Amino acid sequence: MNPYITHTSEDQKLMLKAIGVESIEELFECIPDKVLLKEPVQVGQWMSEHEVVEHIEALAERNVKGVSFLGEGSYDHIIPAAVKAITALPSFVTAYTPYQPEISQGVLQGIFEYQSMICSLTGMDVSNASLYDGASAAAEAAALGISNRRKSNEIVVSSTMHPFAISCVETWAKGRGHVVNVVPEKDGQTDLCAVNDVLNPATAIVIVQSPNKYGIIEDYTGLADKVHDAGALLAIEADPLSLALQKSQAEWGADIAIGDTQVFGIPMGFGGPYCGYMAVKQPLMRKIPGRIVGRTVDTHGDTCYVLTLQAREQHIKRERATSNICSNEALMALASAVHLSLLGWNGVREVAEQCYSKSHYLADGLSRIDGISLAYDKPFWCEFSLRFDDPSKLDGLVAKLLEHDVFAGVKLSEMTRDEKDEGILVVAVTEKRTKQQMDFYIETARRFMA
Amino acid sequence: MSKILADRMYSKDHEWVMMKDGVAVIGITDHAQDALGEIVYVELPEVGATFEVGEEVSNIESVKAASPIVSPASGEICEVNEELDGSPEKINEDPYEAYIYKMKDAVLADDLLDAAQYEKFLAEEV
Amino acid sequence: MSVPTIFDISKEGRGSFRLPRLDVPNTCNGLPENLRRQNTPTLPQVSELDVVRHYTKLSTMAFGVDNGFYPLGSCTMKYNPKVNEQVASLSGFTDIHPLQDASTVQGCLGVMHDLLKQLCAVTGMDWGTLQPCAGAHGEYTGLKIIRSYFLEKGDVTRTKILVPESAHGTNPASAAVNGFEVVQVMADKRGLVDLDDLKSKLGPDVAGIMLTNPSTLGLFEQDILEIASLVHGAGGLLYYDGANLNAILGKARPGDMGFDVVHLNLHKTFSTPHGGGGPGSGPVMVKKALCAFLPKPDVVENANGDYSFDWGCKSSIGKVSTFWGNFLVFLKAYAFILAMGGEGLKECGENAVLNANYILARLKGMYDVPYGDRCMHEFVMSLSRLKEETGVTAIDVAKGLLDRGYHPPTMYFPMIVHEALMIEPTESESKETLDDFCDAMIELHDIAYKDAQSLRNAPEHTVIGRVDEVMAAKNPVVHQ
Repeated sequence: MNPYITHTSEDQKLMLKAIGVESIEELFECIPDKVLLKEPVQVGQWMSEHEVVEHIEALAERNVKGVSFLGEGSYDHIIPAAVKAITALPSFVTAYTPYQPEISQGVLQGIFEYQSMICSLTGMDVSNASLYDGASAAAEAAALGISNRRKSNEIVVSSTMHPFAISCVETWAKGRGHVVNVVPEKDGQTDLCAVNDVLNPATAIVIVQSPNKYGIIEDYTGLADKVHDAGALLAIEADPLSLALQKSQAEWGADIAIGDTQVFGIPMGFGGPYCGYMAVKQPLMRKIPGRIVGRTVDTHGDTCYVLTLQAREQHIKRERATSNICSNEALMALASAVHLSLLGWNGVREVAEQCYSKSHYLADGLSRIDGISLAYDKPFWCEFSLRFDDPSKLDGLVAKLLEHDVFAGVKLSEMTRDEKDEGILVVAVTEKRTKQQMDFYIETARRFMA
Repeated sequence: MSKILADRMYSKDHEWVMMKDGVAVIGITDHAQDALGEIVYVELPEVGATFEVGEEVSNIESVKAASPIVSPASGEICEVNEELDGSPEKINEDPYEAYIYKMKDAVLADDLLDAAQYEKFLAEEV
Repeated sequence: MSVPTIFDISKEGRGSFRLPRLDVPNTCNGLPENLRRQNTPTLPQVSELDVVRHYTKLSTMAFGVDNGFYPLGSCTMKYNPKVNEQVASLSGFTDIHPLQDASTVQGCLGVMHDLLKQLCAVTGMDWGTLQPCAGAHGEYTGLKIIRSYFLEKGDVTRTKILVPESAHGTNPASAAVNGFEVVQVMADKRGLVDLDDLKSKLGPDVAGIMLTNPSTLGLFEQDILEIASLVHGAGGLLYYDGANLNAILGKARPGDMGFDVVHLNLHKTFSTPHGGGGPGSGPVMVKKALCAFLPKPDVVENANGDYSFDWGCKSSIGKVSTFWGNFLVFLKAYAFILAMGGEGLKECGENAVLNANYILARLKGMYDVPYGDRCMHEFVMSLSRLKEETGVTAIDVAKGLLDRGYHPPTMYFPMIVHEALMIEPTESESKETLDDFCDAMIELHDIAYKDAQSLRNAPEHTVIGRVDEVMAAKNPVVHQ
C-alpha cells in the first residue's frame, strides 16, 4: 500500500461514483493519448521507508566529515542544539508562505524578529524576509541598482568579491544589454581609485565585499561619497558574523547591505539551503525585492504582523516587476534568528573574536614556514590567504592533509579559474577549530615543506 | 459612475492633464483612483528630470495593486505634489485636486481625449 | 492577542550560550581602529529556555500541513513525509562543506546525479540543473538558457515571450527580469490557449511561450501538441512551468508534449516542506540542444563510476546561486521518489486528480465553476454571484474557513476569474477530510444567505482578527 495515499479502494469507488465516472483513467481523457504514459516512469520500484533510510545512509557514509579549514561562503560554526529543535517544529516546517495572517502570526513574527536583527547588525532601515543566498543576493542588488537609476546600464563589481557572486551578477546581466564592469584589485583589496575611474552617468551600482575572497577586511574610506556623487548606489556584501568586529554597511555609508546568514545556525549542508540577506536604507524601502513583514493592528486594535509593501512584488507587478522572487529561505531565516537570540550580542562578538584569534594563530604558524607566506599583508578576520612559492607544493600539502581527513583550505584558482591565483590557498578558521588541530596542520605543513 | 471634469484632457492610461501658462499639471482620474482602492504610497518623480510621452514617471501603490504613471506629456518636471508624501489618501479624496506633478515646456501627447471622449472610452473599456 | 517579541523579553546581562574556552592567545584587538565597528547592535539577551518557550509559542501560532487541510491552489501542499526530514538531517550530509575535494563528497554528488536522472525520467527531458533555489529561480534560469541559446545562434531578434493571461505572476516577471518583452496570449471560451490568438502572435521575434499545464484553471491544454508544433514551427521554444506538475505526475511528461525547458518545484510536487516560505528548490530540465547552456558546474559520472563537477561548459549561462543549490532539499525529494517508485508517482497524480474532481463534484451545484465540470488536480470557483446576492466575498468565505480549522484556498487568482477561490487538495487527503471540507464550504454558503454579517466578521476563533493592511503599507514598521 502506498504510504502517502490514504484512500481505500472502496473510498475511490464512492468518489468516482460521486464524480460520475467509471474509472480514474476517465479523468485523464483530456490528455492526448499520444502523450499519456503506458508504463510507469523509470525511477525504479518503490522502497519501504526502512530501505530508503538504508539507501541514503549508505550514501552519507560515502562522504567524509573532516576537520575543515574551508570557507569562501560556507563556514563550519557551532550550532546550538536549540536551533535545530526549534526549526524542526512541524508548524514551522510544513507551513506555506504566510498569506493568511490570522493563522500565521508565528511565522510572521519570527520573520519580523529576523528582519529586526538584520537591520540592527547592518545598521540599515529595512530588511526583507530573506533571499536565496549570498551570491544571488548580489544579483538582486544589481537588479535593484538598475531599476533605481533611470537609463543606467552599468554594474560595477569588485574583482575581490566571491567569484561565484561575480558569476551570479554576470549571469543576471547576460542578454539584457547591461555591462558588468569588474574593477581590478590592488594588494588584495578593491582598488578604490579604479572604482572612481569607471563611475559614469550610466553606473547604477557599485558592489563590493568585505571580508573579500582573500578574507581581507577592506577599507572603504571615502568610497560611499564618491559613488553617491556619481549618482550611483553602493552595496556592501559582508559575512554578517564579521559585522561583530568590522564596520557595518551603514557605518561605511552603503545604501544596500547583502550577504548570507549561513554563519548563524545554518549547517554547511553541501552548499544549501542557506539564507541571503538584504537590507536597505529608507529611500529604497519600496524597491527592495522579496517579502517584507510589517507590524500593524487587527480589528481589535491588537498588535499583529502581516506581509506588507506587496505592491513591489511579482504577483502584483507581473511584467513590470524588477525581481521575480517569491519563495525565499524563511525557515533558514528563522534558524538565524533563533541562533542570534541564543548568542545575543555578547555571544556573537565572542564567536567573532575567537575566529579572529584562532585564524591569526594559524596564519602566524603557517606563514613562518619557508615557501609559504601571507598572500597580502592586510587586516583579516576569520579567513586568510596563503601564497605558496611553488604551486605544486600547495597541491601536495592539501593532498597530504586530506590523508588525515583535514581539509586544508580552498585553492582559489579552482574557484576563479584564473592562473594568477595559482598557488593561493584560502584558509578559514572558525571557533570550532582547536589549537591541537591547528598545531597538527602547522606541523604537517612544516614537515611537508622541508 | 466616476467623476469626469470638462476643464481638462485625459489619457487612455487614466491620467488627467491641465495646461496652465505652458505648465502641464498631471494627476490620475477618479476612475483610476477607484480601481486602485485605498492608496498607500505615491512615488514622486525628481524635479528637473525630463520625460517623454509614454514614459513611466512614477508609481502609485495600494495594498494589492501598483499602477504606473505613464506620462501624457513630454517636458521637464518643475514641481511635484509633496503633500502626497505623507498623505497619499488625498488622491482618493479628490483626484482632480491632488495633482502629482507639473511639467514645464510641456508638449502634450497627441492622442489625449476630452471629457466626452474619455467618458465614452471608459464606457467601452468596462 | 499579541505575543511580546524576543526583544521585548530581553534583559540586560542575561545570556544563554557558552563557547569552548579560547585555547590560543587572544589577539582580537588587532583589527585597525578605522575598520572597527563603532555602534553596538541590539540583539536579545535571553536564556535558552526563554528562546525555546518563545519560539515554541510562535509555532503554535502557525499553520502547516501537519496542522490541517491546506487546499492552497497551485501550491501543492501535500504531506511532507517525516523520513525526508530524517535523511536530510544525517550529519554525513549536513556537515559537508560544498568545496570539499570530490573524493570526499561522492555520496552528495551521487545523490545529485541520481536525482537528475530520476527527474529526467519523470519529465521526459535529457538533463538538467539542481542549482535554482525556488520555482521562480528556476524560471529565471530556464529563460536565461533560452535567451543564451538564441544569442549564441546569432538570433538577436527573438525578444518576446508569450504568456497566457491566466499565468502565475512569476512568469511575466521572470521574462521581464531576463529582458524579454511579455506578450499575453488570450484564453478561449474553454479557458485554454486560444490557438488563433497564438498564431497571430508567433513570429521571428518570439523566443518562446511559457505554459503551466494543466493551467492555473486546473485544465489540461488539450491542444498542446498543436501548440508545440506551432511554436516550434515559428522557431520558438516551449517553457513548462512545473507548478502544476502534480496533476500529471507519472501519467504524462512535459518532454513528450514538446516542451524544451521545464522547471520543477521540489517543494510542491516532490513533497519537500515549504518552511513558511522556503527553502524550496527549482531544478531546471532541458532537451539536448539546450544542455550546453545549463548553469555551471554540471555533475558528471566518470568512466570509473566516480562523480565529479564539470566546469568546462563554455556556453553555460554561469552560476545562479552561491554553490550547487539547496542540497538538503534534494535529499527530501530523492527520498520521496525512492519511496514512491514509478508506480507510486502515478498513484500520486491519479489521486490528486481524483480528489480535486470529488470536491468539484460536491460543490459545483452550489458554487459557480466557470470553466467546466471536470478538472485536473485543482479547480477555480467564482464567488461573483454569491457576492452579488449576499455581499459575501471570496475573502469572507476564506476567513470563515479559518474559523473551521482549514487553510483557505488561493484567493483572487487567476485574475481572469472574479472572486476566485482556487482549490487544490493533493493526493494526501482522505475522503473524510474532503467531505468535512465540502461540508464546511456548504455551511458557509448557507450562512452567506442567512447571516452575511457574521462572515464579514470572520475569523473569530483565530489568535487575531482581520488585519489592517492599509496601515501596514502606509506607515511601514518593519523592524523593532
